[in-house]
Amino acid sequence: MKKILMQGNVALCEGAIAAGLDAYFGYPITPQNEVAVHMSRRMRELNRVFIQAESEIAAINMVFGVSITGKRAMTSSSSPGISLKQEGISYLCGCELPGVIANIQRGGPGLGNISGSQGDYFQAVKGGGHGDYRMITLAPASVQEVYDFAYLSFDLTEKYHNPVLILMDGYTGQMMEPVQRTDRPPIPAKKYKKDWVLDGCKGREPRKIRSLLMNEGELEELNWKLKKKYDKITDTEIRVETINTNSVKKLDVILIAFGVASRVCKGAMNIAREKGKKVGLIRPLTLWPFPYKTIEKLAKKTKKILVVEMNLGQMVEDVKIAVGDKCKVEFLGRPGGSIVNQDEIFSKIK
Amino acid sequence: MTKILKRPDSLKPARHLYCAGCGHGIIHRLVAEVIDELNVREITIGIAPVGCAVFAYDYFNFDVTEAAHGRPPAVATGIKRVLPDRIVFTYQGDGDLAAIGTAEIVHAATRGENITVIFVNNTTYGMTGGQMAPTTVIGQKTATTPFGRRPEYEGYPIKICELLSSTEGVCYLERVSVNNPKNVIRAKKSIKKSFQNQIDKRGFSLVEVLSMCPVNWGKTPIESCKWVEEVVTKTFPLGVFKDKTV
Amino acid sequence: MSAKIDKERCKGCELCVFYCPQKCLKLSEVLNMSGYRPAELINEESCNSCGMCYIMCPDYTIEIIKG
Repeated sequence: MKKILMQGNVALCEGAIAAGLDAYFGYPITPQNEVAVHMSRRMRELNRVFIQAESEIAAINMVFGVSITGKRAMTSSSSPGISLKQEGISYLCGCELPGVIANIQRGGPGLGNISGSQGDYFQAVKGGGHGDYRMITLAPASVQEVYDFAYLSFDLTEKYHNPVLILMDGYTGQMMEPVQRTDRPPIPAKKYKKDWVLDGCKGREPRKIRSLLMNEGELEELNWKLKKKYDKITDTEIRVETINTNSVKKLDVILIAFGVASRVCKGAMNIAREKGKKVGLIRPLTLWPFPYKTIEKLAKKTKKILVVEMNLGQMVEDVKIAVGDKCKVEFLGRPGGSIVNQDEIFSKIK
Repeated sequence: MTKILKRPDSLKPARHLYCAGCGHGIIHRLVAEVIDELNVREITIGIAPVGCAVFAYDYFNFDVTEAAHGRPPAVATGIKRVLPDRIVFTYQGDGDLAAIGTAEIVHAATRGENITVIFVNNTTYGMTGGQMAPTTVIGQKTATTPFGRRPEYEGYPIKICELLSSTEGVCYLERVSVNNPKNVIRAKKSIKKSFQNQIDKRGFSLVEVLSMCPVNWGKTPIESCKWVEEVVTKTFPLGVFKDKTV
Repeated sequence: MSAKIDKERCKGCELCVFYCPQKCLKLSEVLNMSGYRPAELINEESCNSCGMCYIMCPDYTIEIIKG
């Protein structure tokens, strides 16, 4: 297929549709309104389900409804709307259901602004909702990655019976870049076992789906089962990109950033390298599971790690856990919907 | 001809945990009888509320899912849109439907979702110990209205059938009761119609069932039945509020 | 032919007793395993299997066979 110029928000739709999305539910909120608008046309053209729900809460519960039938559902929103979905996300995890959620982050806290931000890292990977659960969290940094991760998220969510979060931001959502669409067919409906779905008990015993476990020890048992699943995901699904870190024995600085911040870091890294500094970049593609081991290994190669985020310092805490005392960890952040620029990053490198 | 009246197939033999004289037991049986008579047990998916009926999936003998408090109409929408030939119904109490879930029920009705809603109105929050519900009547004492519900502090009861009757998307609304045999027979007819409407793809149907909550009302089951007759129906009159099928 | 009551399921709510048109039901003097006084027929002959007890019972305790 020819490459076409696509907006990030639209690439999210097209990647999901390519994977075999059956239903989309959403509520307007800037900077991701293009998702619902695009889906409202495309899903109807394909005779699939689109509903502009009455709220973000209703939308995540509609996803829950579709997921219990074994079909594929997605919802998207931006930061305050994702806050509203937290209970629903916890229920999806507790009931071990699939579902894809996209957060096109905006400045916060509160009503904030409509500019891109990375302020929801904690919300995404440290809970957000109640209880012990995790969500595979993918952090695309280009429109191509948005498309590819949208497709991938449906495979991961069905494989692990757990919701997957695509953590974009207003910049990635709004920017337009060329996208190579996939030739792959949709993920086959029967790829993963579906012996838990509720679709009417014809020919079998009735089933139930619930996360309320009141008998002694039952809920604890579920939690340990979830832990086992999350450990398996940690062992097999970490994705991380490392640039300019392997061909040298020692580095002056390693930059660590995700999403759009990582692109600005690339610019700063290239300026620094032109000036003779040995600078590398670690870019986590999965924020959970987090590439602790990769960071720990590379921390031994450098005196300083500079974490660059568009928030007050969230991922940096996980970096510090990985690094320990192997090297210095510094932080550069621009919160509240402001974007980092390569000059200020470069000034902290030298 | 021999006629047998016994536990319907759509109810499991398990004893349920409802209090003695609770209306839920009667309403569960009516829903189950209707599902048996319409022969849709194997294509039915129910959505349980948060409330006393939260364990409905242990009592009904077909596929049933849990849902977050107030959200069954949204969950039902998701299921029905991807499996339009299944029979999908929600079973909700006053807190679930008329407090936290007001947006969801209004919008499912507005969209005209082809689902059935069984709304159990016992004017109180049973499971959590008898607090005020949106449907608590004026003067009624509850755990959070110890002096009786007063309009100037707690406002007025919400009347769901009346509220939804102005909505285009709604096909059928009726308020019934299970406090005496005549009303139970009428309630069953109404519940059957609400499921038949779905089979006939007529649109959104809701049956509001006035029910007894003896423990939280502080009354015996028989006194509770009388109280529904003498007090509750004065605020919540029985009857059909909308019927597009006539 | 009359009503058959599963006394271990019964919670003694008395709705069947109250609504029986023949007044042929009462609560037993003997508790069941759950500590309730279950409903029982006072005498079989006065039951005409009208089914009112079955209609009001919340616990699907009663079976009626009418021939």
